[in-house]
Amino acid sequence: MNKLLKLFITFVSAITLTLIGITTSFAKVEGDTIVLGAAVSLTGKYSSNGVHTQNGYNLAVERLNKMGGVKVGGKSYKFKIIYYDDESNPKRAAQLAERLINQDGVKYMLGPYSSGLTKAIAPVTEKYKIPMVEANGASRSLFTKGYKYLFAVLSPANQYLEVAIDLAVEKNGGKPVKIAQAFEQDAFSQDVRLGILDAAKRTGSEIIIDDKLPKELNDMKATLVKVKAKKPDVLVVSGHTKGALTAIRQIAEMKVDVPMLAMTHCDAAKLSKQHGKNSEYALCASQWHKNLSYKDKFFGGGKKYDKDFTKRFGYAPPYQSAESSAALIVFKDAFERANSFDGDKVRDALKATDMQTFYGNIKFGPGGQNIAKPMILFQVRCKGDKCENKVVAPTKWASDKFYHPIPSWSKRS
Amino acid sequence: MDFLIFEAPILMVQATLDGILIGILFALIAYGMALQWGVMNIINIAQGDLVILGGYIAYSMYLAGIHPAWGVIVSPIIMFFVGWGLYKLVINKVVDRDLFISILATFGIAIVFQQLMNFIFGADVVVAQSGYGTTMFFDNIITLPHSTIFSAAISVLYAIVLVIYMKKSKLGRAIRATAQNARAAKILGVDTERVYAATFGINAALCGVAGALIAITFTLHPYVGLPYTVRSFMIVIVAGLGNLPAVAISGMGLGVFEEFADYILGTEFRIGSVFMLLVLILVFRRFKLSRKREYLK
Repeated sequence: MNKLLKLFITFVSAITLTLIGITTSFAKVEGDTIVLGAAVSLTGKYSSNGVHTQNGYNLAVERLNKMGGVKVGGKSYKFKIIYYDDESNPKRAAQLAERLINQDGVKYMLGPYSSGLTKAIAPVTEKYKIPMVEANGASRSLFTKGYKYLFAVLSPANQYLEVAIDLAVEKNGGKPVKIAQAFEQDAFSQDVRLGILDAAKRTGSEIIIDDKLPKELNDMKATLVKVKAKKPDVLVVSGHTKGALTAIRQIAEMKVDVPMLAMTHCDAAKLSKQHGKNSEYALCASQWHKNLSYKDKFFGGGKKYDKDFTKRFGYAPPYQSAESSAALIVFKDAFERANSFDGDKVRDALKATDMQTFYGNIKFGPGGQNIAKPMILFQVRCKGDKCENKVVAPTKWASDKFYHPIPSWSKRS
Repeated sequence: MDFLIFEAPILMVQATLDGILIGILFALIAYGMALQWGVMNIINIAQGDLVILGGYIAYSMYLAGIHPAWGVIVSPIIMFFVGWGLYKLVINKVVDRDLFISILATFGIAIVFQQLMNFIFGADVVVAQSGYGTTMFFDNIITLPHSTIFSAAISVLYAIVLVIYMKKSKLGRAIRATAQNARAAKILGVDTERVYAATFGINAALCGVAGALIAITFTLHPYVGLPYTVRSFMIVIVAGLGNLPAVAISGMGLGVFEEFADYILGTEFRIGSVFMLLVLILVFRRFKLSRKREYLK
């Protein structure tokens, strides 16, 4: 009996193993479909940006499939994405990446939302040698680990506000400026901070206030009181959407006068809508804006993308959606150049990417970061009660002139 | 560490004023917690999440084009029924049980509320604009936003109304009787079940007021309830149950402590300092209690 049982178990496991072998070897490309895997945050604290990410992916899949799909070896393939909800939880994201690779047999991955979750998934994709094109992890530390299978279409976090310091120095007649800064303690904001430190060193500027903000921030009065007392030339704030919203609310309440205010996450926070006129003159870093003149044959340009996205999902695309769509264009291009489904060949093709998409130029540096696309800065400007984001830097795409210095509160109506 | 506040002592005035004004709001939330803790012997971990829900009610009104300040009237009314319903659904099953079970149950409620708010209102940080101005003193160094003055004034008003109600009304007396001795109250004809439901409802209503005020003065997000729970827990621990002046004073004390910690240690240690203080107070109180017990022996 015992022997029989053993035989039976061996038999069953042998069959299971063969089946797993078969499914994995076919799962990457099923018939005429290329299967991509993605863990995105559909619930939890990143759920709104997770949905923006998913919508960006979906729009691109629909568009690319409609326009003939991916041509490999003379045959046309369609994209399909398997999604899982990572609940905004890094541990869960890593588990789901394992599951996508081991159970669903996915051979190509798209990134999740946020630097933190990308950091959790990258070691997994690296371990299994699965190429991942990500669009929402900007933290510099992602690109210094020597990952070989990670490719990011967006500019790294340290570049977010560097331009703002250069702009401040330029407006100061080329002389160094006094910088006040407040950053949250997370990977992303700290990288933005490193960028500012570099820019300060380069321009000989002095950092006179260097505050840290907590995760559960809703009050940054102490920092603003210091700003009032020490009168810096530029105030830099990065603490995700809550940082941007809290800063504007309290700057207006406390009537803090500072010649230049630079922030991140203004568009995610819908700053111009939520705070209206109080947010005017705030300078914001962004990965993308619909007015940029980049073009591709799938989405046309930024304005066309904005229109199509709005038609499909009922709201204007934030940059998180645009960069997510761009990730799929990069994948398609790489598959076609590799002309193969072999993981390493696709990876090598990704490595050699050098192209323009509606979202911007894409060329990957040695760490996998996009080195071909500059960050842009826009400024909130109001006409009457209607406030809008106007691109002011770099000059090539500027639709409006950068307004400097910010008029004092006593002169603002 | 930053010693700007000692170099420019005028900033101490700012910190103290801000601390007192925000402390009054904390005291209001803590008073609700003390009330239902005293009456029902339940530590409500979901207190902060009830506050945030109240805030979202005011925010919804703001979205609908109504001035969010009206939230301080509408929000408590809705929240009273939310609290009442919550009691009938969950709390009545844990009210006479072990304290640990009630903590677990309210912890569960907190998670459900967070996810529901996330589902309904989204994970974005939101603000409701009150459009209130600012008063400045001493050459514009000291600023007093009218929104914080408004929030302190409304908190005081609600506290006064509640105290009078508890003293004069029939339900108020029934609540106090139940707090003293639930069994005796029951024997004397008090419908303790209704008293419990009303107490939980009143607590939720107070949270609703506080939430509406927070929507006007700070920012809202589905997951920021916990700091409010911790603060009110601490205030109650220091002040004891059923002692309103003590709750008010320790609320303001906590507010001032937080502001000074904010200026001196930095904003990143603001909530951290509250947690640290909580540990210290718990250790100290235990120490005091154990000494007393020894003395009694």
